[in-house]
Amino acid sequence: MKFIVPVLAAAAIALASGTALAQPRTDLVLGVVLEPPHLDPTAGAAAAIDEIVYANVFEGLTRIGPSGEVLPALSESWEISDDGLTYTFKLHEGVTFHDGAPFTSADVVFSLDRARAEDSTNAQKGLFAAIESVEATDPATVTVTLSRPQGGFLYNMGWGDAVIVSEASAGTNTENPVGTGPFRFESWARGSSIVLVKNPDYWGDEVALERAEFRIIPDAAAAVPAMLSGDIQAFPMFPPDAYEQVQGDPRFEVVIGSTEGETLLSMNNGREPFDNVEVRRAISYAVNRDEVIAGASNGLGTPIGSHFSPANAAYVDLTGTYPYDPERAKELLAEAGLADGFSATIKLPPPPYARQGGEIIAAQLRQVGINLEIQPVEWADWLSTVFTDKDYDLTIISHTEPNDIDIYSRPDYYFDYQNPAFNEVIAELDVTADEAQRNELYGQAQEILAEDAPVVFLFQLPKVGVWDAKLEGLWENMPVQANDLTKVHWTE
Amino acid sequence: MSTEPTSPPVEGAAHFVRAAFSNVSFVTGFATTVLIAAMALVSFMWTPYDITLISIADKQLTPSVQHLFGTDHFGRDILSMIMVGARNSIAVAFVAVGIGIGVGVPLGCWAAARGGWIDEVLMRFNDLVFAFPALLSAIMITAIFGPGAVNAIIAIGIFNVPVFARVARAGAMALWPREYILAARASGKSATLITIEHILPNIASILLVQATIQFALGILAEAGLSYLGLGAQPPMTSWGRMLFDAQTRMMGAPHLAIFPGLAIVVTVLGLNLLGDGLRDVLDPRLRRAR
Amino acid sequence: MTLFLLKRIAIGLVTLLVASMIVFSVMEILPGDPARLMLGMNATPEALDALREQMGLNAPVVERYISWAGGMLTGDFGRSFTYRAPVIDLIAERAVVSVPLALIALTLSTAIAIPVGIFAAARRGKLGDTVSMGTAQIGVAIPNFWFALLLIYVFAVWLRLVPAGGFPGWSGGVWPGLKALILPSIALALPQAAILARVTRSAMLEVLGEDYIRTARAKGMPRRKVLWRHALRNAMIPVLTILGLQFAFLLAGTIIIENVFYIPGLGRLVFQAITQRDLIVVEGVIMLLVASVILVNILVDVAYALVDPRLRARS
Repeated sequence: MKFIVPVLAAAAIALASGTALAQPRTDLVLGVVLEPPHLDPTAGAAAAIDEIVYANVFEGLTRIGPSGEVLPALSESWEISDDGLTYTFKLHEGVTFHDGAPFTSADVVFSLDRARAEDSTNAQKGLFAAIESVEATDPATVTVTLSRPQGGFLYNMGWGDAVIVSEASAGTNTENPVGTGPFRFESWARGSSIVLVKNPDYWGDEVALERAEFRIIPDAAAAVPAMLSGDIQAFPMFPPDAYEQVQGDPRFEVVIGSTEGETLLSMNNGREPFDNVEVRRAISYAVNRDEVIAGASNGLGTPIGSHFSPANAAYVDLTGTYPYDPERAKELLAEAGLADGFSATIKLPPPPYARQGGEIIAAQLRQVGINLEIQPVEWADWLSTVFTDKDYDLTIISHTEPNDIDIYSRPDYYFDYQNPAFNEVIAELDVTADEAQRNELYGQAQEILAEDAPVVFLFQLPKVGVWDAKLEGLWENMPVQANDLTKVHWTE
Repeated sequence: MSTEPTSPPVEGAAHFVRAAFSNVSFVTGFATTVLIAAMALVSFMWTPYDITLISIADKQLTPSVQHLFGTDHFGRDILSMIMVGARNSIAVAFVAVGIGIGVGVPLGCWAAARGGWIDEVLMRFNDLVFAFPALLSAIMITAIFGPGAVNAIIAIGIFNVPVFARVARAGAMALWPREYILAARASGKSATLITIEHILPNIASILLVQATIQFALGILAEAGLSYLGLGAQPPMTSWGRMLFDAQTRMMGAPHLAIFPGLAIVVTVLGLNLLGDGLRDVLDPRLRRAR
Repeated sequence: MTLFLLKRIAIGLVTLLVASMIVFSVMEILPGDPARLMLGMNATPEALDALREQMGLNAPVVERYISWAGGMLTGDFGRSFTYRAPVIDLIAERAVVSVPLALIALTLSTAIAIPVGIFAAARRGKLGDTVSMGTAQIGVAIPNFWFALLLIYVFAVWLRLVPAGGFPGWSGGVWPGLKALILPSIALALPQAAILARVTRSAMLEVLGEDYIRTARAKGMPRRKVLWRHALRNAMIPVLTILGLQFAFLLAGTIIIENVFYIPGLGRLVFQAITQRDLIVVEGVIMLLVASVILVNILVDVAYALVDPRLRARS
């Protein structure tokens, strides 16, 4: 290997002297783990769709910014009536779709009505549930009337599922997405890559990149050499287990960010013995959270004690509720009449955090007499057997939707957790708009969950972003699933 | 194929042993196989460390006196894991070969004894199984029944069936026209009896050779399935499983991938040498040529 | 010969029919709902039902089999659930990667294996034989994905001679495409070459032991001429069989290698389709692979007949 070094060094000098005059690069190859099934964010739940098109190709009335804040997008401003029921959006003018069609209030009416229609296949129909009517007041104004006040409405309108599409191209967006964003779709070599190019007619700030290629690299093992060999220059969702192989390399910027993914050891509260709160608490005591974080997220995850992101203002630190204490766990099990322990199965979906976390947790629970049989399952299988049919004992899963503590109040949710007191808090949240009051209610909800231990709260899923050290403007955190390229540029 | 009528070549065990142990391939292969098998057996009673205990603090240690092959991403001793993994890799391949012999040989012998449409149907069925890409079908089987060692065995075993059926049939077909078989038939013995008394002992050697080859392929197949995450599941381990866990960390900790990979290479090499040696010793035709 | 060919084709068609039934039934019992997978955790039951209706998943089984199998006869493989594109287009896009990859690997393995096999046979028992066959033994024993990982780290990460993976497509010219296929084809070819070299050697030895070769040698024909003119031709039969099997293997057995190099080939398409429960894609690809295996087998049989007149006479 010795002979390589001088050659590279010489090349580096040559490059360095050349780049003083050259323009910064304007192309980027970015690695993504999952290939989207299609490119219409309003017709599928796959996060992989938003990771390509969100903010790049499609825009909504509002958008979510890098820190999870609501920012104006196609709507430059809005007014909310005092009763919180009427939203009046003022739209940007002079905006066109990529096919040349002008963007007007009619498109907003069409998009929102389409999303909430009876036969809609929008994966997040819940976002639009509070909408009673959408009306175009004039070409640049839209009035949305809600049936009940909804604190998070503007946030909801910033989701990828709520982007504005044109009626003319709505049917073909799956294969040829036409939006209003700063990049337009160029090509998709299935199984390989998706290419976006700069939209010269963009209404907003000009973007620096001329061409962006999203290279699909599903295999974690392949991601490392692809990055190290320079084939790709950015990998926003780098596999955490491979973190050590890029960390410390001066060629790369390695950024540990947070996501909205609360990673849980979910328990089937409707099944014995998990219907017993003492057993659930025993399991919470028996799980060594730090070791799970060390093993399943390479030590990068942030511990959580309830279902809330530590990045959120309303977060309450409840991680101390069940410190690691196998003796206490055994006592609680004995009190529940399970002194000899018991056996159960744990179904693990494909992501490494689940598979590795499951292995560690199984080893930990064995110490208190609980024998877990590990059953790896595919996503499709997990969604039908665990999520839909509730046919499981334990599972590990990261809930990546932002602000989703209300899932514990859903009547038929896969946790099968029932607590009227908790449901009341959530119901009150839904009709509360005042920020301080909301935070207070969120705090209450978190405490109830920590106390009841319907699941074991493990950690907030980390986002390991790796990119070329000369690249700037990629998101550090992932408040929504997106690779926003609007501010990305090369420094040389 | 030589067609001269001969009586079955029954050989003395002593002769066989002498011939075998003067064959370099056989000796090397036999020694390796015995060593690996011994390692797997010892792991039932003793391993340097308990592999069911996870100790993240000791993760990815490089080889040292305490841990000869280092530790993995969960801080488990790799040598101990290779010992325990040997059990699984061997068991999967062994049972899969067993399925192949248990189902394939009777089918092949039956086809050879009956001939006609039964032969035709069985062989077409064989072609059908062969026409399915083996790995793909194994993936489908694990997709339906869930990944795991047992389903890996079934998936690999199914593809051993036509292999053994074909080999057994070819061997038996060559024997049926022989005079001593014809004589046995004339004396009124049933086809089943003839197969058991005369055919099987004579095709045993080619079956044994084929078995070592399929055994080696089984180890590789198990490794491949486990590498895709479809084979042995924790807390059980196998060499393929270890490679699966190592793949993302290979750059930073190459020993995670190198030792289980070498274990596979050495075992498969040993089995193939054993098979080659056996063939040389057992196949009179080749011996004559030498 | 014509009769023989017709019979082989007829058998091939029946096999294909049975295979289609097996494939379809297997897909039916695969757990998991494709609609649920597409719409995810927050989907409402109405949205799920609307999508299932759209995908034609609500019709009875037999009806779906008939329309699927009937469609395939006319070249219509249906539409992918996840990609929402015609299956035949997806297959075509992948085949332009997989077929060249398989052909390059096969050429490479043949180009290495046959000379080595002949060389080893000619030098039987000598050092050259021992070394080349010893290497071949190791080659057979190495798991190809493990070998592939080693190749990536040496040639892509350290030396940076070739890409670590991916496939740029043929639109940017032949060379970038070929360059991306170099490592995968080596990883695929070497273990295959090891097998093929061993088969070639033993087939050559077998033929060299036959009476007519001895006669030729006894008549004073030069050794080299005997080797090339008589022995090789007859030794080709087992070699051809293995080649036929290997091509079929390379077409689909590359799933693991395609994963290691993230090459968008048929193997990965079908692997991904299985996990995403894109049943119609899985069915289409498997049927195509089964058909190609059957076709290759028929071709090999024909080649047999051409190489060996005795076989031709018998049929």
